This record gives sequence, C-alpha cells and structure tokens, in this order.
Amino acid sequence: MSTDINKEDTQTQGGQPSGDQQESIRQVVEAMGEYPGAADASDPQLFCEARPKVEKPFRGVFEKFLNWARANSLWVLGFGTGCGAIELRPLMTSRFDASRFGVAGRATPRQSSVFIIGGYASVKTLKRIVRSYEQMQNPKFVIALGSCTINGGMYWDSYNTINRIDQYIPVDVYITGCMPRPEAILAGFVKLQELIKAGRGEKANEYAEHFDWYKANQKKVIKDWDMPDYNW
Amino acid sequence: METSLVLKIAYAALSLFIAFNYGILLGATMYRIRARVQGRLGIRLFQPYLDIIKNNAKRTSISHGIMFYLGPIFRITGGVGTFLFIPMIYGSVVFSNFSFAGDVLLVLYFIFFGQLGMALGAGEGGHPYSAIGVSRGLAQMTAFEVPFTLAIIALAVQYNTLSITEIIAAQQGGILSWSLFTNPAATVAALIAFLGMNMGNPFSVVTAPQEIPIGPPVEYHSNYLGLLQTNRSIFTAAKLILFMNLFFGGATNLLVMIIKTFFIYMITVIIGVAFPRFRVEQSIRFFLVVPTLIGLVGLVIALW
Repeated sequence: MSTDINKEDTQTQGGQPSGDQQESIRQVVEAMGEYPGAADASDPQLFCEARPKVEKPFRGVFEKFLNWARANSLWVLGFGTGCGAIELRPLMTSRFDASRFGVAGRATPRQSSVFIIGGYASVKTLKRIVRSYEQMQNPKFVIALGSCTINGGMYWDSYNTINRIDQYIPVDVYITGCMPRPEAILAGFVKLQELIKAGRGEKANEYAEHFDWYKANQKKVIKDWDMPDYNW
Repeated sequence: METSLVLKIAYAALSLFIAFNYGILLGATMYRIRARVQGRLGIRLFQPYLDIIKNNAKRTSISHGIMFYLGPIFRITGGVGTFLFIPMIYGSVVFSNFSFAGDVLLVLYFIFFGQLGMALGAGEGGHPYSAIGVSRGLAQMTAFEVPFTLAIIALAVQYNTLSITEIIAAQQGGILSWSLFTNPAATVAALIAFLGMNMGNPFSVVTAPQEIPIGPPVEYHSNYLGLLQTNRSIFTAAKLILFMNLFFGGATNLLVMIIKTFFIYMITVIIGVAFPRFRVEQSIRFFLVVPTLIGLVGLVIALW
C-alpha cells in the first residue's frame, strides 16, 4: 500500500513534498482511517498544549549555584528512542555506574531534565520525541546519541527517518559513534555538566524563542499529528 | 518549670531540622550501601540535597487543579505532623517535641494522612499511571496497617498506656526490657509492616520506576517534587524514631538514636537487597496472613 509513498518521500528527502505528493499522502492517510485522537489534539497548529515561554535565568552567584546543582543532578528520561538506548542500560549498572555523576533514570518526562535521543528517529518516534520534550520542564537538556542523530548515519536515505535531530528540537551535546560506548556517553554527560555550569544550558529558552522555526521544521515531516490529546 | 510555647516551637523546629538532615544523609548512606551490594559506588552523600535544590530551581511548573496543588502539601503535613508528636530523645526537654498522653493514636493517624492526601492530589493529576499507582498504594497500605495496628494495640495493652513517652519509660533498665524481648511477636509484626511502609524491596511495587512509572507522583514535577522529596526524608526519620521508641527502648541521646535508627533501617536494606519484588496482590495476601497472625500472637503475649 505504501510503496509508492515511500519512493516519493525518498525523492523529497528534507524538503516540502510537492502538491501531487501531498495529495497522495493525504489520500493514503484518509484510506488508513483517522486516528481516534487526531481530532482532539489541543492545538493542531502548534502540535502542543501551549506555546512555551522564555524563562529568564537569575543573575550572578545565585544562578551559578543553581546551575551547579542542575549539573550534578541530571535525571534522564527513560525513553529509548532508537537502538542507542541499549547503551544506557550498562551505563546505570555496576560496570559504568553513572549515578556517581549524579545521573539517574526517571520514568516520566515531567520529572526528568535530560532527554537522550538514542539514535535514529523515525517520523513516528519524532512525534513522541516532540511531545515528551515539550512535557519536560525548563531548564531541560538534550543529548543526541550516535551518528544517526547528526546526519542520519546509515539511515540517511531512509524513507521514514529524519536526518538531523537539531532541526526539530535543540540539542546540547552530540555524542558520535555507531554506537557510542558507555564511556563515550559518560564523557558526554561530563561535557553537558561543563556546559550547564558555564551557564550555556539554555536550549529550552532557545526552543521557546525560535518556536516557529522548530514547528515549521516539524510540520515538514510530521504530516498527521495523530497523538492523543492531553487528558491531564 | 513548664516550657513556654514559643520555646517549645523553637525546639520542635530545631529537632525537625535535625531530623530532615539526618533523614537525607541516612537515605543517601543506605543508597550507597545498596550500590555496594550491587558492585557500584552509588550516589554522592550530598546528592539528595542537589536533587531537592534542582527540583525547586526548575523555572516552570504546571498545575492540574487545586487538589493537585494540595497533594504534596498534605503529604508534608503528614510527615511533619508524624514527626512533631514523637519524642525524639527520651527525657530531653529540647527533643521531646509535642508528645502528650495519647500521641500513639495521633501518630497512627498522621502516618496515613499524608498518603490519603497524596492519593487525592495524584488523582487530580489525571494521569492513568497515577490512578493505578494510587489504587496499588492504598491497597497495600490498608493491608500493612492491620499488623501494624495489632502491634501497637499489643504494646498499649502490655504497658497500659497510649503515650509514647510512657512506653519508652517502661522499657528502660537494660536491653532485656525492650519490647523486642518482652513482646517479640508484636515487634516482628510491626517490622514487617515497616517494610511495607518504607516501600522497600519486597513491597516496592507502588513506586518502582520499572513497574508503573514512579507510581502516584508520576505527574509531580519541579517544586511539587522538591516538597515530596523533603517530606520523604522527614517521614523516614519520623518512622525510624517511632519504631526505635516503641520497640527498641528509645534513645537517651542523639548518638544512641543515630546508632539504633541506623540498624533499624539496615533491616529493610538487608531484606530489600535479598528479596525480589512482590506483586500487589501477593503482598496484600502476605500482609493479611503472616504478619497479621504474628501480630495476634503478640496481642496474646501482651494479654497473658
């Protein structure tokens, strides 16, 4: 059913599909039937509940102190978005023991402050990534893992994965490799801590500032925002 | 001389401050001990402070309504309330808090007050996982309340009093006069209930991140979560001091208190690292059979 669409998407990688293509995508989506949540999305224009606001940091020593606390208490959202998530398990267990660095896993986006994009992100996952990222509270940080998040890696010409994650959500630290080993991820965490301590972990504000640009990019690839509505 | 109310409040604030810090450091120490069992180094000793600061320093937070807002406040009221009616050090004016003739009953109430408030608040969060967490938590709580209350009744009958201070006074005069030895069955029943109360490992299904994420507080974030974490350390200290007072002869100074509560906490750690997790229906069945029967035996011993 979707072979034609796949071909067309491959040809228009990274760009806006032409009118004909959009029409055929629309037909396929209609043929598949509307998802139950599609009509209830809070704001279909924004794909989210409300537009985020820029939250100004404090100034001086106080903000430095808070940043020090933030840097040493990194709660990672336990959402494995790609194959890289497999490297996060040994990170927490006895061999690498990331809790020495104040890194802990957290099962809900509301409570976490670090989002690790674990490798390739398909368009379907990207919706969940955007939703989870927007549910996290400011300040929040993103670590992108593996070459797939930087330039697509081995999936660069795949029909349903995105190539550069920082087009869709802001990224603080990239960790290269396919896959990066836990040592590399630990090094990435240390780098992120340095950035936060230096007061450069303000990507959540950057997302709020350039919200329209990020949304436009997201809409280029996400054709049907069929995420369930917030019921809470 | 009767201590004036203002002075009493100042003393209570001091002991609350000590209990808060002690609870945090004890929790971190136990985390490190557990990590060592697993062959890790674990968190730094001051990590919980950083977590609390970080959560309170989050710039945004979302409210889901008044009850959601009040949930953590009820929780910390429960924790502080429990603590304020337990004498921390036996015979000390500074650390006697607001203990009075019927404080055991009030403490029994306060231990569960916070969880009920939290259940209402988490319910308004509207997240399906918090509803499941709440139903699991309340079911398990109702189950361990039975052996715990039986143990308390056994002590009340045995010492013929409802005052914690008098229960401690009755246990003075050597190790063999502790409730641990005068009524071992009640002590065992209460300690098993204590495992459930601490939500340590065999009974950790309610808040285990691997089960239903985080349990009832799944929607709580930022400063709500900071408040809940603050409460956790106060509440842990309060429960440990309560158990020390009821079953292990109380403490006459801070050092004895620290040593005794450390080893009481170690019981839950040792059992926690040795046993896997019960499902909620298994833990309810367990609480309503084994410790309840042991508690009844304790009541018989007390009536003997």
